[in-house]
Amino acid sequence: MSKYLLDKFLYYVDRDPDLVERYREDPRGTVTWWEAECANTVLNCHAGEASTWLRFTAEEREALAGQDHVALFALGAHPFLTLTLFIAMFERDHGPLEYQKAFGARLAHFELPYPDIAT
Amino acid sequence: MATVVAVIASTHHPFYYKASTATGEDRPPFADEWVSKITAFRETLTRARPDVLVMVGSDHFHQLWLDNMPQFLVGKAPFYDANFYNEEREFGLPRMLLKGQEDLSAHILRAGLDEGFDLAFSNELRIDHSITCPIITLRPEADLPIVPIYTNIFAPPLPQPKRFVQLGRAIREIVESWPSHLRVAVIGTGHLSLELGGPRQFGPHGPDPEFDRKAVEWIATGDLERCLAEVTLESLHSPGNATHGFMDFMLMMGVAGAGQKADHVDSLDLFHTMEAYFTWYPNGVDA
Repeated sequence: MSKYLLDKFLYYVDRDPDLVERYREDPRGTVTWWEAECANTVLNCHAGEASTWLRFTAEEREALAGQDHVALFALGAHPFLTLTLFIAMFERDHGPLEYQKAFGARLAHFELPYPDIAT
Repeated sequence: MATVVAVIASTHHPFYYKASTATGEDRPPFADEWVSKITAFRETLTRARPDVLVMVGSDHFHQLWLDNMPQFLVGKAPFYDANFYNEEREFGLPRMLLKGQEDLSAHILRAGLDEGFDLAFSNELRIDHSITCPIITLRPEADLPIVPIYTNIFAPPLPQPKRFVQLGRAIREIVESWPSHLRVAVIGTGHLSLELGGPRQFGPHGPDPEFDRKAVEWIATGDLERCLAEVTLESLHSPGNATHGFMDFMLMMGVAGAGQKADHVDSLDLFHTMEAYFTWYPNGVDA
């Protein structure tokens, strides 16, 4: 489990307008590129001082490549990060609050306690 | 010494700015009532005639990230730029620039450390909607210098609820020991029951109206004893997965003091989450 890396992907993409569009249009390509080029970037360090050990599990990679927010919730990705990024990508295709409500409805089978989000 | 002229706690609904400035068909039906309540709430700060604002909030994964996550952080900078691209994108919030009160920041850091709170600090902090929302609601001129204080209610492991209360008590004492003649208002924002990114989000009310009713009662009456008896890190999952933000309300109850009844109490039942507004005047309303 690398919940931290799932969160890092969501955080990294969400704060960059170009990456939000790139992930919306080409999810699998964006995930592949990001894991190869960005996953090991320490965000407060220079490029030469990257980490060496971060990679997704197959399940995590597939959840991101499939833009599967239900799977991300099950894996313990931080729900605020998932929600914020997915609203940015998909709210535009729906009426007011329609996307947010459908997002919640797709998670209706989860009961308390929800999957642990501690990293 | 400095005087704490007002203690203010509220929710920080990021859609207020958009709702209150919308016109015509874009204006939601609840906007006028919301503006009316905010206008009354704003007056509670205005009449306290503050010179400085201590602002308690929580970064929502904007500048603070999981590779280096402080539990409690005090800003110490001459200026604070505010709001982030994703808050402009989702909430329509404007970019802002606030002045800092560095002397008070330094005093809070020194005294806080000496009191046993290992406070982190930041000399370059961009603040987010947990602090700009109350600026927009309470002091839209954004003309007063601030000291931002961030708490971690977002990225577990979190401090215990009692630690928030203890920090609130300490902030009150520390501000009142600041060698200054300035009038200080301490303003903090948190959440009532709230779900973000889970199955109970964006309902017709907050996810747990019963929790909200109890929470408003605890805050309005300063009932820290009952609040601390019922609220744990574990119990806060039940009212909604983002309800740990309630601990910032508990911090503000610590600032106001146990058993202190709020002088102004108001709430507004909205979709998604309930809004609530509280003001205390520690030395009387006209002090």
